[in-house]
Amino acid sequence: MREVDMKLIIETVENMCMEANYKLSSDIEDKIIESRKNERNELARNILDDMIENLEIADKKKMPICQDTGMAVFFIEIGRDIHLNGDIDAAINEGVRRGYKKGYLRNSIVEDPIIRNNTGDNTPAIIYYDFIEGDKINIKFAAKGFGSENMGALKMLKPSDGIEGIKEFVLDTVKKAGPNPCPPIVVGVGIGGTMDKACQLAKKALFRDINSNNKEKHIEEIERDLYKKINDLNIGPQGLSGDTTTLGVNIEIFPTHIAGLPVAVNINCHVSRHIEREI
Amino acid sequence: MKIRTPVNIEEIEKLKIGDRVYITGYIYTARDSAHKKMIESLNSGEKLPFDIENQIIYYVGPCPAKPNEIIGSAGPTTSFRMDAYTPTLLDLGLKGMIGKGSRNDEVIESIKKNKAVYLGAGGGLGALIASKIKSVEIIAYEELGPEAIRKIYVEDFPAIVLVDSEGRDIFNRD
Repeated sequence: MREVDMKLIIETVENMCMEANYKLSSDIEDKIIESRKNERNELARNILDDMIENLEIADKKKMPICQDTGMAVFFIEIGRDIHLNGDIDAAINEGVRRGYKKGYLRNSIVEDPIIRNNTGDNTPAIIYYDFIEGDKINIKFAAKGFGSENMGALKMLKPSDGIEGIKEFVLDTVKKAGPNPCPPIVVGVGIGGTMDKACQLAKKALFRDINSNNKEKHIEEIERDLYKKINDLNIGPQGLSGDTTTLGVNIEIFPTHIAGLPVAVNINCHVSRHIEREI
Repeated sequence: MKIRTPVNIEEIEKLKIGDRVYITGYIYTARDSAHKKMIESLNSGEKLPFDIENQIIYYVGPCPAKPNEIIGSAGPTTSFRMDAYTPTLLDLGLKGMIGKGSRNDEVIESIKKNKAVYLGAGGGLGALIASKIKSVEIIAYEELGPEAIRKIYVEDFPAIVLVDSEGRDIFNRD
């Protein structure tokens, strides 16, 4: 049994919040650069150049790539052979509090969704826990901006709607979102489970490397087909037309009920910030 | 094309969708809560916290400034959340808005009626845009933090015309 002190969690989360907001993971950054090379529309190329310049400035000056430094979302995988020496929820939130203050990141969270008073420290975070084998903790963090979050959607499809129904719903959601979620976007899709589970899967899909594919062949095919079809929509960078509408499509699935086919779409902007640490 | 603020109406009328513009002068920041407060002030017979005539509002909630900096990252937020408030401000003399994404029909009609312009800045380009901001002063609603109204001086702030004074919408050209 390995003892894990909450101080280690706090420090790790603090650093992850800053790092993710200053520098994109290489999967996203490389894909933006690659898209710039392949883009045929001149205005779109200019916008992609601006995006690349923005990434360089943020990295050099250690300032946030985007002012919407997001709601902090975590997927935490805890090894079963670990004993947590304290309150992990409190530790993660303390890490967020410190990271957002020390990193000069924007506090974007309101305490009550109706009264809308800012909590002043970007907490609370959204945290999901899973248990895994071993004595390690894997912390996955995303700074989730809401320009893109607001464009997500859920639909309870009929089983008979099948693959075509799923594709139609995803494409329809991306079309409706248009320029608003800051394209080129990353598209996370959750299929199966219950309505809430499908949404959680869609979020989880955004944490996966965009160069990876779902290990199920039939799902990988949907990912590839949607990637092509979304890029054929001609929405383009900032919605001003072009070949580059999505950087990647990730799908996660889960068993579901005989009567159902829940599908959730969670969109991320081109500043798709995700980071992972094992402790 | 270069524009200075307060804007010259004839210059605004020359702008066409898709034009790249560079703005120099003072502009005012306001997003969700500041808009709500401004409209509430007007409804209770009070004045706006700044003279809006021939001015431009930038939809932004910047990051805090690091020591020795005047502002943190400062890219645009999605504009449609301000749609409910924008026609009232245009009727009072506002001539331009900078944001990102599409606007509803009512806003586009009001832009046409008031001979104004809606400009798009690069969504997500917070660090790049911050480098175009030369001075910052909070002038109202300081308690709103990132949502407070700031009077900022910008130099060659890059934007693209998304809705022009004829009511043409770049996202709906068919």
